[in-house]
Amino acid sequence: MIEAYFFAATVLLMTVAVCLVRVLRGPTRADRMMGAQLAATAGVAILALISPAGSPAMLDVALVLALLGAFAAVAFVKAATIDGAGDPEEESQ
Amino acid sequence: MAPAFSALTLFDVVLCVLIIGVALCSSSVRDLFAATVLLIIYGVFVAIAWVRLGAVDVALAEAAIGAGLTGVLLIGAVARLKITESPAAAVSRWQFAAKVIPASLGLLIASGLAYLVLTVEWRETLQAPVLANLPDTGVLNPVTAVLLNYRAYDTLLETSVLFAALIASWCTTHDDLWGERAGLRQHTRRAGILATFGRFLPPIGLIVGIHIFWAGADKWGGAFQAGTIFAAVWILAIMAGVIDAPNATGRSIRSFAVAGPMFFTFVALTGVLAQSFLIIPVMVAKPLTLAIEACLTLSIAATLMLLVLGAPRRSA
Amino acid sequence: MSVIVTATTILLLLIGVAFFLAGSMGLLRFPDVHARLHALTKADNLGLGFITLALLPQAADVWIASKLVMIWLLTMLAAATVSQLIARSALHEEDVKQEPGP
Repeated sequence: MIEAYFFAATVLLMTVAVCLVRVLRGPTRADRMMGAQLAATAGVAILALISPAGSPAMLDVALVLALLGAFAAVAFVKAATIDGAGDPEEESQ
Repeated sequence: MAPAFSALTLFDVVLCVLIIGVALCSSSVRDLFAATVLLIIYGVFVAIAWVRLGAVDVALAEAAIGAGLTGVLLIGAVARLKITESPAAAVSRWQFAAKVIPASLGLLIASGLAYLVLTVEWRETLQAPVLANLPDTGVLNPVTAVLLNYRAYDTLLETSVLFAALIASWCTTHDDLWGERAGLRQHTRRAGILATFGRFLPPIGLIVGIHIFWAGADKWGGAFQAGTIFAAVWILAIMAGVIDAPNATGRSIRSFAVAGPMFFTFVALTGVLAQSFLIIPVMVAKPLTLAIEACLTLSIAATLMLLVLGAPRRSA
Repeated sequence: MSVIVTATTILLLLIGVAFFLAGSMGLLRFPDVHARLHALTKADNLGLGFITLALLPQAADVWIASKLVMIWLLTMLAAATVSQLIARSALHEEDVKQEPGP
């Protein structure tokens, strides 16, 4: 069963690798940011898949990544506003 | 029983190739924002690699720092650079040297390390004595024992360095702005998505942080990992406009920032009365270590949060 | 019994991985930011959901199982929020671009 998990995890690594093309090519910053978003979600899945081969502690790494994976994107949308400290929702009204 | 080529090996090889590939992309790409995103992805891969190596404590720190705080810090920095960055600037000789010199140094260090690891004969490591003396430290996690007991000196100095970095960051404050809140004045749409997210996630982050802190005494995690998680959710709550950023002149935030190093120094000095500097008596090792850990967690959280927000600024 | 559980796990794993692949393809091939965002966030969170479901029957105890579910819920919350914010931000970026430059 562990073998199956690792095969699945390897395929997920490949999906992140493929998306590096989008990060490099852009064209907008939002496109590049999505690459980080994909890496966080796929990273959580990969960590969940490889943790049965080790200790249950490894699942905590997935938990921390799931918790903090979105923070960079929040910083990005805030930095993209006019004064760098706003909220995209305020501006699109 | 173990086959020569298993799915585990395949995974490890693909992961190694990807880590090197992402690192090369990140350091060679022209667009700074792309480089930042690649660095965040690199952090995710490296955290997975630490998990594969069985170093859960390091993986936790990498996940919290690499995926959480570094991303926030660097994206903010790139956003501030957008005025000065000019795409017209051609690749000068210096820019080329600035890439080649660190790359060759990195290659040199990596090959030196590889040479050492591959040729040195491992006879005896410190692992056995560390584990043999573990009961005296009051904790069951060998990493925590090393950090807070065997080499408490280093940890005391490290936390002081973090505090010194904070003072250095405060020194960059513009004179007129001293006494204002850290960073920019954040604002969001009331009850919008960002504000709701900033209300919802920090309590979950607090629970996860306490779990990592508590597990740190006996299994994995510890003050640094928990402190980083607290700092990250604190920053999120500030960015979402739920709470105001603290003011560097405020009493409470200052006491937060010094609590860890101060309590640590206090314990170290009281040790002088008993035996010698930085002695933690076996009798009270567990409660004392946990108390130091708790104070350090608070200080690390406050210091990292203030460092990421930076000196007070006026909005553009 | 265990054969059924194993087969279910493998099947769910395959579905999960397929969703991740679909999300990546969408991110690469779709024509604009919003289409790509829509492909990525939805597909990836479904993929993670199926992988969580695949791992649940194999979990050693209830503690691990509940942790898995919590990880999935956290990721969904974060991804839903972030995709909404990125979409708004991209919308705004387009508005700025359409204004005549100096």
